[in-house]
Amino acid sequence: MKIFTTVATVCLLAATSTAQAADPNLARNLAATCANCHGTNGNAVKGSGMDSLAGMEKAKTLQKLADFKSGDKPASIMHQISKGYTDEQLDLIATYFAAQK
Amino acid sequence: MMLMKRRDFLKVGAAAGAMSALYGCAGGGKASGHVVVVGGGYGGATIAKYLRMWSEGGVQVTLIERNPTFISCPISNLVIGGSKTMEDITVSYDGLKNRWGVRVIQDEVAAVDAAKKTISLKAGGSMSYDRLVLSPGVDFMWDEIPGLKTAEAQSKILHAWKAGPQTVALRKQLEAMKDGGTYAISIPKAPYRCPPGPYERACLVADYFKKNKPKSKVVILDANEDVVSKKGLFMKAWGDLYKGTLEYRNNAEVKDVDVASNTAILEFDKFKADVLNVIPPHRAGDIAHKSGLKLINNRWVDINWLSMESTSTPGIHVLGDAIFPAPTMPKSGHMANQHGKLAAAAILNQLAGLEPSPTPVVMNTCYSFVDAKNVIHVSSVHQYDAATKTVQPVKGAGGVSAARNELEGKVAIGWAKNIWADMLT
Repeated sequence: MKIFTTVATVCLLAATSTAQAADPNLARNLAATCANCHGTNGNAVKGSGMDSLAGMEKAKTLQKLADFKSGDKPASIMHQISKGYTDEQLDLIATYFAAQK
Repeated sequence: MMLMKRRDFLKVGAAAGAMSALYGCAGGGKASGHVVVVGGGYGGATIAKYLRMWSEGGVQVTLIERNPTFISCPISNLVIGGSKTMEDITVSYDGLKNRWGVRVIQDEVAAVDAAKKTISLKAGGSMSYDRLVLSPGVDFMWDEIPGLKTAEAQSKILHAWKAGPQTVALRKQLEAMKDGGTYAISIPKAPYRCPPGPYERACLVADYFKKNKPKSKVVILDANEDVVSKKGLFMKAWGDLYKGTLEYRNNAEVKDVDVASNTAILEFDKFKADVLNVIPPHRAGDIAHKSGLKLINNRWVDINWLSMESTSTPGIHVLGDAIFPAPTMPKSGHMANQHGKLAAAAILNQLAGLEPSPTPVVMNTCYSFVDAKNVIHVSSVHQYDAATKTVQPVKGAGGVSAARNELEGKVAIGWAKNIWADMLT
């Protein structure tokens, strides 16, 4: 029970120190919106022609997304979709995919 | 079938649950319980998998689906056009069963008892749930087309708006049609399932005629004032590719049919076709429509966008085409998959004693073939807005293809392979 109390206290502190209570699974949930095309957890079906995002370095993913947003990188659809997410959301998504195998 | 005791069923998952029993800052507790999902299409299959995956086996999931395999509506117009087969659009439920530990029952739900939190099955027996997910797609409002009320009439004048035997039957009618014949497709007033779908189908039938029955014609009888989706791109395809083959008529609502003469009856006119394809107006699938949930326009289920939960009946979540959509949100398979993930995340929070995430996001892409190779898309991203309590399309995001192109023809097939895997394997 002692461990329980400690964990609960840490959680309480974490929650109260955040101005807006963000869902701890926010990054996971946001990244899941990409999975329709890029595969579950960023593992695209082999041979499908879609980019796998799992394990991609965060800075690389963010640069690609920034280029799609600015129009520097030509795209069929990602220039439109990337604009639907805030930079903070894209950061969470890129962080999540970088941690996937 | 005997009444299933939840505690017996939960024993099965106890070992898996013990593997990840430590609490984290994720909340008050780890999610556990039994979720029953009704309907194994784009919404239901997705949530079944994601509940199992995200709970690391902690939540038990039963999926009740009347068909033995998943057959995709997206891409099915290519079967009707003749460039794909039914095998190409069929996926087994084995991945959900064997890899993800979803209990898949081939049956139909006869009734829901929201107070007792049980459902009863058509084949007999009942089971209890902690949370119920209804993802039943649509059913047709046959009263709106009285001549189509009988099963016999429905086997002659097809909708093929649910992929399966009707898809095959419509293809056969087109193959059997003589050259010089006319295929007519009727579109109900929006909202309906897959806004660009009827226009895509018209294109693919026109493409088939051009190559195989060049004297034949396609006529679109659209109940709407104008082309509902990707208007500029579809009209350009009709002008460039199908001039003299495809005719578009707006404000042409089919009010009834005469089955014997294969005639569509419009308000002031009649239209006789060799192959008549009537898509009747539709509403939330039967089980969602008759279970006492609050409906809008007596057709679509009103839901809370933080959890996809019925606004009238706590504990019952509704996904996909059956819901009253958020502003500009299409009824699409892609969107149903997104609903499934939104609801999976919310349910796992709720089962752990937490509130659903306050900032859900969903997005959509719809690819349409204008011939066997060239494709056009429409995309959108929708973010939750606390003021309007719904997900709103992000201004400046989303849009359509610059022009039809073969690259997106390949992307559309890649999309299908990935979304099917995302749901089912």
